[in-house]
Amino acid sequence: MAYDKFTILTSTAVPLPLENVDTDQIIPARFLKATERKGFGDNLFRDWRYNGDDSPKESFVLNNPIYSGKILVGGKNFGSGSSREHAAWAIYDYGFRCVVSSFFADIFRNNCLNVGVLPVQVSPEFSEQIFNAIYDNPKTEIEVNLSNQTISILSTGAQESFEINSYKKENMLNGFDDIDYLQSMKEDIESFANGLLL
Amino acid sequence: MSKTLFDKVWDSHVVRKIEGGPDVFFIDRHFIHEVTSPVAFLGLKSRGLTVLYPERTFATADHNTPTINQHLPVEDPLSANQLKALEDNSKEYGISHWGLGNKKNGIVHVVGPENGITFPGATIVCGDSHTSTHGAFGAIAFGIGTSEVEMVLSTQCIMQPKPKKMRININGQLGKGVTPKDVALYIISKLTTSGATGYFVEYAGDVFENMTMEGRMTVCNLSIEMGARGGMIAPDETTFAYLKDKPLSLKGDAWDTAVTHWKTLKTDANATFDKELTFLASDIEPMITYGTNPGMGMGISKQIPNAEAVEGGVSSYKKSLDYMGYQENDSMIGKKIDYVFLGSCTNGRIEDFRAFASIVKGKKKAAHVTAWLVPGSHEVEDKIKEEGLLDIIMEAGFSLRQPGCSACLAMNDDKIPAGKYAVSTSNRNFEGRQGPGSRTLLASPLVAAAAAITGVVTDPRTLL
Ligand code: SF4
Repeated sequence: MAYDKFTILTSTAVPLPLENVDTDQIIPARFLKATERKGFGDNLFRDWRYNGDDSPKESFVLNNPIYSGKILVGGKNFGSGSSREHAAWAIYDYGFRCVVSSFFADIFRNNCLNVGVLPVQVSPEFSEQIFNAIYDNPKTEIEVNLSNQTISILSTGAQESFEINSYKKENMLNGFDDIDYLQSMKEDIESFANGLLL
Repeated sequence: MSKTLFDKVWDSHVVRKIEGGPDVFFIDRHFIHEVTSPVAFLGLKSRGLTVLYPERTFATADHNTPTINQHLPVEDPLSANQLKALEDNSKEYGISHWGLGNKKNGIVHVVGPENGITFPGATIVCGDSHTSTHGAFGAIAFGIGTSEVEMVLSTQCIMQPKPKKMRININGQLGKGVTPKDVALYIISKLTTSGATGYFVEYAGDVFENMTMEGRMTVCNLSIEMGARGGMIAPDETTFAYLKDKPLSLKGDAWDTAVTHWKTLKTDANATFDKELTFLASDIEPMITYGTNPGMGMGISKQIPNAEAVEGGVSSYKKSLDYMGYQENDSMIGKKIDYVFLGSCTNGRIEDFRAFASIVKGKKKAAHVTAWLVPGSHEVEDKIKEEGLLDIIMEAGFSLRQPGCSACLAMNDDKIPAGKYAVSTSNRNFEGRQGPGSRTLLASPLVAAAAAITGVVTDPRTLL
């Protein structure tokens, strides 16, 4: 799946300061029955977002009109649990392009990178600063600059750099994915496979 | 240079190293199921690609399937649609497909090893995080996302940075009533659900050496619940004996050649790990979870810890206990339960049913408990009948369902109702995992059986 290029994202952010947000919360299993990649954003955080009768739960942050934007700021160990890429799709489909956390679960981080959502891992201190800035002023803008690998809180000027491997970075900057790369080296793959016993 | 088991298998599957980037990593065996594959096939089609090595991919229907009346058409139109997509895609691309009704059908991580598709030194992936199960054979096995399923279908490779290495050593003798599930839940309770993130784990020591293949699969299955990408155990005579003469295992000279190679798949004496942990077998009790992640587990005779005593956020911890309807310092023994689920790729194998039967034999199911006993495959189901276990469990008031993932993720009709408590042998106790509002207590088949008989959380050692 190709996605939009990611260069610099400047946006307000939505705070979700819970730890261990797992993929079953991001997209409950009963919504994995699609055979197409469509409409997952509607069910993002379904059970936290809606009551049993589909009315919105006012206390949940996505239903609070004060907070909006293309950046989701989560608590520690964000995205633990299943390998369902649907979790990353739901986040992308809802309109987020970046998730910030002080710690990500592995498969989730990988899935994000494959579908065009940038996972930005920050220090616990910087994560605190972001939450505080948003709670002080929900209009606070965060700037994520992929080329420079920096994330900044524009109102305070606080900045931190983040890690991303250079290969994935190139891909995101150009909107390429791994399949494009792998296709280009098929001959090597075939000769490798020919040398295998099983 | 000295290498770990993980290094040996990983390094021999790297097709290309990308400077500053991931390795192009060759996949020997790929499992697909109905839920995470349809979009990958759509992706292939939209790019005009084909499947490079259809003989390396195996399809089975499990996540979504009903566990009763499997001979009837699947009622839920969305599930039926996914099952049909799996069948059609498999046919179109020449992939072997074990759909509903096929004798070989069952949970992907149960039927793979059972049929000899899994082998030592292999690289194995599937769009399901518990693919780590296959690590029990000395394979590198892990879950992948749908984009990666598309990569494997079209090029038999994915792009992965090499994880760091951890070894977990446990020596000594496990006590009475302490099963491989307890060993795994114990480790997760010590490491937390993120303690092994970024690592691939090797399990070493007598406890694992003395385990059966079924037990090793249970342990490796749960590796993901401490954040690890996967876990593995060096192959040995137990492994070879299990695999010999399986339908798709190598035969004759090819088998002998393979075994000679597999014997070299061990961590060298001087090899080093990025992290090494050691626990004592004698410290492990039958375990049970009390919260909403698999790290929130404890010895069954203990009390629920204070929020202040646990690592991580106090508010998340309290939210979790609130969801469960439990309090700090509560004892779990004696807590009333409503449902029991025996099954899943964690504990849906023949040994798990033997363990369950050993406790319920000659007793009766508690009247208020609903129990779902779901074998991991038809082969397990057949063995349950052959070994006379079916008679034992039926006499005790239980019945057997048909194979599938069932209440492990509750995508079919097997959902625990909101607010109800289920003692479950599966792998995740997340909020709503077993149905919206359901409350899950993860435990071994022995603990599940004890709860099913008494209707409350019970130490199985009192019934053995
Ligand atoms: S039993 Fe559960 S964990 Fe195992 S394959 Fe099925 S859904 Fe995944």
